[in-house]
Order: sequence, then C-alpha cells, then structure tokens
Amino acid sequence: MKRIFFTAAAMFALLQSYSQNNDDSTGFKSRKLKIEEINLVSSYYNQDGNNSSVTGGTGTEKLTDISSVIDIKLTRYDIKLRKHTFTGELGVDHYTSASSDKIDPKNISSASHADTRIYPAISWSVENEKKSTTFGIGLSSSTEYDYQSFGANINFSKKTKNKSGEFSAGFQAYIDNLKLIAPIEFRANPNEKNPHYATTGRNTFSGSFSYSQIINKSLQLMLLADVVQQQGYLSLPFHRVYFTDGSIHQENLPGRRFKIPLGFRANYFAGDKFIVKAYYRFYADDWGLNSHTANIEVPVKITPFLSVSPFYRYYNQSAIKYFAPYGMHTAQDQYYTSNYDMSKFNSNFFGGGIRIAPPTGVFGIQRLSVLELRYGHYTKNIGMNANIFSMNLKFK
Amino acid sequence: MKQRIINAAMPVAFACFISTVLFASCTTVKEYQKNKLNDSEMILGNRKIEKTELNFQSYREGGSGANSGKTGGGCGCN
Repeated sequence: MKRIFFTAAAMFALLQSYSQNNDDSTGFKSRKLKIEEINLVSSYYNQDGNNSSVTGGTGTEKLTDISSVIDIKLTRYDIKLRKHTFTGELGVDHYTSASSDKIDPKNISSASHADTRIYPAISWSVENEKKSTTFGIGLSSSTEYDYQSFGANINFSKKTKNKSGEFSAGFQAYIDNLKLIAPIEFRANPNEKNPHYATTGRNTFSGSFSYSQIINKSLQLMLLADVVQQQGYLSLPFHRVYFTDGSIHQENLPGRRFKIPLGFRANYFAGDKFIVKAYYRFYADDWGLNSHTANIEVPVKITPFLSVSPFYRYYNQSAIKYFAPYGMHTAQDQYYTSNYDMSKFNSNFFGGGIRIAPPTGVFGIQRLSVLELRYGHYTKNIGMNANIFSMNLKFK
Repeated sequence: MKQRIINAAMPVAFACFISTVLFASCTTVKEYQKNKLNDSEMILGNRKIEKTELNFQSYREGGSGANSGKTGGGCGCN
C-alpha cells in the first residue's frame, strides 16, 4: 500500500511539473509530444481450493497475488497530421503459492513458492484520420523465476466510410522458455543445493480479428475472433499425476494446441442513467475443451461524474480429453493431467465497482482525473473460490 | 480435429456475423450525436481495471481469448 501511495505521489509530482498546455480552440494540433494519460492499476487477489495440480489434483490451492501495473500514453501529431501514440507499461506481480512448496517439501524456498513476475511492454501506433486507418506494433516480455516470455504484435484497423464501423486485425507471437523443475522425487540428485535446470520452449502464434458497429445513438456491437496455435512443451513439469497402480508421473500433454475463441459484445445506453454491457464468448480447442462465457455489467450513473457498476459473469467448460482425477489415469494413457483448471466445471463471478471522475479532479487534485475501485468474488462448483480487489488511478 | 473445432465454431460465427450485417444497415450516427456512445463506460473493450481479473481467469479456466486481451505468454502455473 505504501508503495502504491509513493508511486501515485511521484506521478502526481511529474504531472504537476509538466506545465505546458497543449489545448487550444482553433483546431490547430500541436506537434509536440504530450502526455495523454497515466494509469496505475493495483490489485490484491487470493484463492483457496483443494485440487492442486502440484499434488496430483488433491491438496491446497491457497494463493495470494499482489499486482501493480503502471502505463503511460504519449501522443504527438506529425507534419501530415497523423496521430502517433506511444505507450509504455511496467507490471509487477508478487505471489505466494502454498502448493508450490510441495514441489520440494524439504526446501520451502523452492521455485515458485513465492515469486515475482515483471512484465514490461512498449507499443507505437499511427492513426491517419483522413484515411480512417490505424497501424501499430508492440513488444512485451514477462520474467519470473522459472519462466521467460517474449512477445511481439502488429495490428491494423480501418473505419468504414461513414465511420460507424471499424475492422481490426492483429497478429501476436510469444516465444517462451521455461525451466524444467521436476518434483523432488524425479530429480537425479534430490539433495543438490543449487540444481541446474534444463530449459525448453513453448511458442504461441495468434491472429485476432474484430469488427465493431454503431447501430444507433445508444447501441454499439462488436464481434471478436481469435485463432491461436500453441506448440512446444505445453505441460508443466512440476504437476504430478497419480496412476491407478499408485505410481507417480509428471504431467504429459500434447505438444500442440489449436484454439478458436469467438466473442460478441453489445453496449447499450438505456435512458440517461443506465448502461447495459453484455458479452458472450464461445471457445473450442483440439484438446476437447468447449466453453461458454456470458457476462453482464450495468453501470448506473448516479451523477455525471459518479457511477456504480454491478456485474455478473457465468462460465462453463467441458474437460479436456486428457484429464482424470487423482489416481484415475492408467498406463494405457498416452497423455495425462490432473489439473482441475482443465476439468469440467462451471464458475460464477460477481461483484461491483465504483468510478469517480469529477471535472475538478478526484479529491480536488486536478491531474487525478479518475478513481475506480472494483471487487469481485469468484467460485467454481468444484470447491475453489477467490476474491479480487482492484484499484485504478488515472492521471491526465 | 481442427476441422471439428471449425465446424463447432462456425454456427456461432455465422450468427454473430449475420446479426451485425443486418444491424449495419441502421442509420448513420453523426459525430455530434455520439455523446452517449463516447461515454467512458461505453467502451467496447476491457477497461484498465479489469486487466488483473482477465489474468486470473485465463489462469484458472481452460478457455480464453476473444476479449481483446493477451492470447499467450506467461506461465499460468501458480
């Protein structure tokens, strides 16, 4: 909390020192680089359950995660009046996981019992208002003790002639590398103090497409579709699987996975105070998992600058064909896992948020334009539950 | 197998596409009429504050994507 406070104070000081005013009323667009906005998002997440994959589908899933992400968005216009947007983002997660101690029960400081993930990202986009097109590229990375990921993306969008519709297409690639940290009983030398872990790769390539359409003054829709191909080592080496004969194995999943998620959004402004935001997603992959997600959120504008947003999300999925509970896999199975995140279940997620955006700034601080708080409670019908509390501070 | 997934996804995609095309024939909304559409709560995407929610959901559930978020990277092992 102290860290969040100091980060917010530092950003405020930075913005106060940025005294140049780029606003004008003549239609002239300043070509100087200016700060568009700075966002700080922090969250606290905890979960509990009794189906940990590390212990073969039984045992505690207790986990806490504290996350902070700061991003800055800068814009400038070039000589042809094209708008260039630069964004930089830095995220830090710190989590503690009770089940990860069970990778090596003798050594509580084993990999992942508590870890910090750092994930920076940068992007650039250029918008041509005359042609109604936007082109952008981005780079990202994510680093934790046993996992390293590098990502790159490219995207393009174009509005329709009457500017009521927009088509977007993007391509993302993630090149990941993970350490093969086996449960203690699988190690050649279980007593080694600083073992050297072999590494292996996992790559993800995806295409993302969307089309949004304004229907009338109060309603807009969006269609989304992704095509995702993963290849490489898609198991996790410290997930145990117990067979019917009592033998223990490391999770073993196929080296390829193909996914198609399709989504649909509709936002409707009802009257002057109510907004209805609906979302539906269908998902299918070649591991046999199908899922449906439905989400509804109804922001209510108490005043033009204060709104509350109750939300509800329902999710269900079928199990992948390689899943079986503790002690149920047999030697005939080529692929096997007891990861309950891949089992058949349904989940409910509900909560609410409050958003304050007064024209004079939050708490009278001119540069602090938005304060948003949000809480959600998540339950699975297989005995897992979680809570998440998030906060967003937006500075302009 | 890919064909099976495509076959399963096709009716959903087709229904969404047709409904959008039908709706697309609606009236053109002028810029000065977009005050409700431009409201910050009407954004057709995820808000910043939902970022960590989407992260934990992608870790704890088998299905993910089609929400303008990340489609890969990171371990999800914790």
